[in-house]
Amino acid sequence: MSVDLSQFIPSFLEESFEGLELMESSLLNLEAGDHETIHSIFRAAHSIKGGAGTFGFDVVTEFTHLVETLLDEMRDGRREVVQKDIEILLSSVDCMRLLIEAARDKESYDEDKVSKTTKELSQTLASNETTNVTNSEQTTQTVNNASDNQENDELLTYLIHFVPEHDLAKTGNDPLFLFNALAELGELTIKANTSELPALNDIDPQELYLSWDLTLKTSANKEDIHEVFEWVEDECLLEITLADAINQEAPEQTQNLAVEQVQEQVQVQEQVAETKDTPSPDTEQTTTSKPKEKTKAKAKAKVEVSSIRVGVDKVDHLINLVGELVITQSMLSELGNDFQMDNIERLTNGLEQLLQNTKELQESVMRIRMLPISFAFNRFPRLVHDLANKTGKEIELVIKGEQTELDKTVMEQIGDPLVHLVRNAVDHGIEPADVRLANGKSAKGTISLDAYHQGGNIVIEISDDGGGINREKVFAKAVEKGIVEPNNTLTDSQVFDLLFEPGFSTADQVTDISGRGVGMDVVKRNIQSLGGRIQVESAIGKGSCFKVNLPLTLAILDGQLVKVGSETYIIPLISIVESLQVDRELINKVSGDMTLYRLRDENVPILPVYQLFGLATDFTEIDNALLVVVEADGQKVGLMVDDLLAQQQVVIKSLKDNYQQVIGISGATILGDGSVAMILDIPGMIQMALSYAQKKQQSSSEVGEFC
Amino acid sequence: MANVLVVDDSNSIRDMVSFTLKSAGYQTVEAKDGLEGLAKAQTGSFDLVISDVNMPNMDGIALCGELRKLSNFKFTPILMLTTESSTDMKMRGKAAGATGWLVKPFNPEKLLATIKRVVR
Amino acid sequence: MDIQDLATDIPVEGEHSIEGIDFITSGEQYLTFMLAEEQYAVDILCVEEIRSWEQPTKIPNSPSYIKGVINMRGIIVPIVDLRLKFNIGEASYHETTVVIVLTYHVDDFSRTIGFVVDAVSDVLNVKENDIQSSPAFGGCVQPQYVEGLINVDKNVVTLLNVEHLQKVEKHTLQH
Repeated sequence: MSVDLSQFIPSFLEESFEGLELMESSLLNLEAGDHETIHSIFRAAHSIKGGAGTFGFDVVTEFTHLVETLLDEMRDGRREVVQKDIEILLSSVDCMRLLIEAARDKESYDEDKVSKTTKELSQTLASNETTNVTNSEQTTQTVNNASDNQENDELLTYLIHFVPEHDLAKTGNDPLFLFNALAELGELTIKANTSELPALNDIDPQELYLSWDLTLKTSANKEDIHEVFEWVEDECLLEITLADAINQEAPEQTQNLAVEQVQEQVQVQEQVAETKDTPSPDTEQTTTSKPKEKTKAKAKAKVEVSSIRVGVDKVDHLINLVGELVITQSMLSELGNDFQMDNIERLTNGLEQLLQNTKELQESVMRIRMLPISFAFNRFPRLVHDLANKTGKEIELVIKGEQTELDKTVMEQIGDPLVHLVRNAVDHGIEPADVRLANGKSAKGTISLDAYHQGGNIVIEISDDGGGINREKVFAKAVEKGIVEPNNTLTDSQVFDLLFEPGFSTADQVTDISGRGVGMDVVKRNIQSLGGRIQVESAIGKGSCFKVNLPLTLAILDGQLVKVGSETYIIPLISIVESLQVDRELINKVSGDMTLYRLRDENVPILPVYQLFGLATDFTEIDNALLVVVEADGQKVGLMVDDLLAQQQVVIKSLKDNYQQVIGISGATILGDGSVAMILDIPGMIQMALSYAQKKQQSSSEVGEFC
Repeated sequence: MANVLVVDDSNSIRDMVSFTLKSAGYQTVEAKDGLEGLAKAQTGSFDLVISDVNMPNMDGIALCGELRKLSNFKFTPILMLTTESSTDMKMRGKAAGATGWLVKPFNPEKLLATIKRVVR
Repeated sequence: MDIQDLATDIPVEGEHSIEGIDFITSGEQYLTFMLAEEQYAVDILCVEEIRSWEQPTKIPNSPSYIKGVINMRGIIVPIVDLRLKFNIGEASYHETTVVIVLTYHVDDFSRTIGFVVDAVSDVLNVKENDIQSSPAFGGCVQPQYVEGLINVDKNVVTLLNVEHLQKVEKHTLQH
């Protein structure tokens, strides 16, 4: 019977990647003598090897076998846990990941890295004598397989003398089943020997007193027969002889086998040697035969990412809620069938219930997409570990708030910006140990990652106790790059915001860690495209903190509804600084029709929304107008609107599906009355206003804030 | 048909063993580690136990030892599913009362053929 | 029979040989409508629904023929006034003014847009060889929107190309 197991490959892959993550994080925390951790690392490798073997991912199996052997030695205490081995194991984890991904996508992988690590592993293993044990085991196994294949069509008759120990049954073995298995190999004749059988009174029903002489006519070889008795060999007397052959033949055969075994061993060693230096033929085949599928497989991999694992409890909860919704619906439709005014109270109650159901359902559905941020954080211990090694700095990473949940899509997109910020903290933030000591700090720097919820947002903080950002240096650099005018006076936060300007880099020399072309401006742009913002706080000599503020989800937004003319717009709450009524005293007209509003010590340009969007309204007078002060790109502007309406959560719908991206609009939503309202894109509107202003006043330098 | 208790911490291996057995007409009960296996063992009657060796909480060897202490598992075949074919492992398994072992990589045909040595 | 089901089942071009619906495919069916005094037609398989006119939500800085967007069962659907787009007649909105919502599928992608017309008139059964190509010196309607002409009695119906109709020009800032 043939069983197709390919349906289990995805779950094996998922499990393997989880296992690799576990291996990685455990290795990073591994201390000598921590047996439980070594055990769990071993188990993870072991499972991957087992599964890979089943699915024929031979390259993975071979490689993982080496890893497992090394881990086994550590587990048994045959090998000390030293840092060097941990490094090798860490890069082995990388290789396993590469190999598994390659197996999944039927793609090629970085052979240099794998062969380098294979070499390191083999060398490490070779330095310990005990390795041989496991190697030879492997060999015997291969021999077994080899003899399996080498089937003989000729029917031979074997005599089997089988004397089990009396307590054989206590391990769950039953001679009857063994004989059944033998009978499947060929024609079996059974003769029981009852001579050991005691008197009836003395019989212990749990013991075996019989022995057997069996005759098996079969095309199978002796190994096959031995295999049937494999589990009982230690608990019985077993003699297997060829009936019609002369006795000498038997030893000859074992001799052959011995030779075979040696040959196999050589072969295995060769194979190991091969993987060391050059990729094995197998690998080569996968690389050469399938280059064309490469792009296709990549696309497939991307699709796979979009699955989500949901706890059964969450699904059950949803089903309950839907159940309630159905009840409410049937109640309402019954009510509607024959509605009379005296039922109005029931109707109101029903609608109230419907509102409640809908709200709960919405929350639960959103919760399905929420994952703890540990999914994004868990790569950082390794990253910081590697970067610390590379820079020669001593760094401790502290992670807090890993259980804080956020939307899967946001999580996927925030990963890279966070990596960049952490790299930056290692590279530019933490000082070298000698500098730290000279400044009276401990030699070891600390980088902390923290996540917490604040209102409808998640805040992620990346902070270091390093040298802090040198305000003067940043400013000078910005002047040098022509980003600001030298006579501008800027607040600290405005200076720090210069870090996010395109083409800005303060490192005295570009390092290969953070100076890789991707600038902080990209980080900022990515965060903004998620509807979030980033702020910097820093104190010289004490360290810096980058605060990333993100919406919990991309599908729902907390918004302020505003009225402009006949239209209702939604301003994302996350970008609103404050709302106020214009005080005539604080208005300053500069250069033509640009109007600035004095908000404490800042001058905020006023953008009348009706002008930007070309709408007709009665509210065109700035005096006493309503201003919603919003912030994006470190730029505050006051949006002039007719009226402030409610604040509410809205579901974001794309305009791109059936139309196209609209400047100044990030999407649309459907309001309670079924009408559509546009959601304002604050950075987009500021851009719009900018180009509007620039067109109007090509040569003005007075616009200050705006340039 | 025979009822089999399948104990493995790897979801995919457990699913595969279970799937293979079911497709051959066996019934299965699954457990994700030794502790759960031991608990589930006491909730029904089983004709065979197939257990992984390396598992968190309680490993396969310990599970085997515990099961043998239960009166209704005294003679129940217990097979260890393992990639380790070392004699040491076999000895420990035997000492704990294991009936035999199945060497990974897991192969469905082999599994079905092999368990016939201990169960109908 | 549900038009939408047919639209998704039947390939837009090529053989139409699905069992049981020969009556639809033996001659192509077209929905005809009025723009001022002129008759136009679109492939009926693209018609999602016909709605009465309602004031849409404006899209800032969009071309004047884009009236805005409406909510059609949770989907945001833009509304194009065909009279403005083709510069035919007057863009006035009263009780008979209707919106024909068309969906055009290409592979896995589809786009749904509503078109404002003066009135819906009829369903036409037309054989493929009854569709004539349109003369080169056309009127207000740009040639890429015209698939061909169909003679109906004494009148001529302009058959529109839905794929091209669905293409939206990128806006630029108006200021």
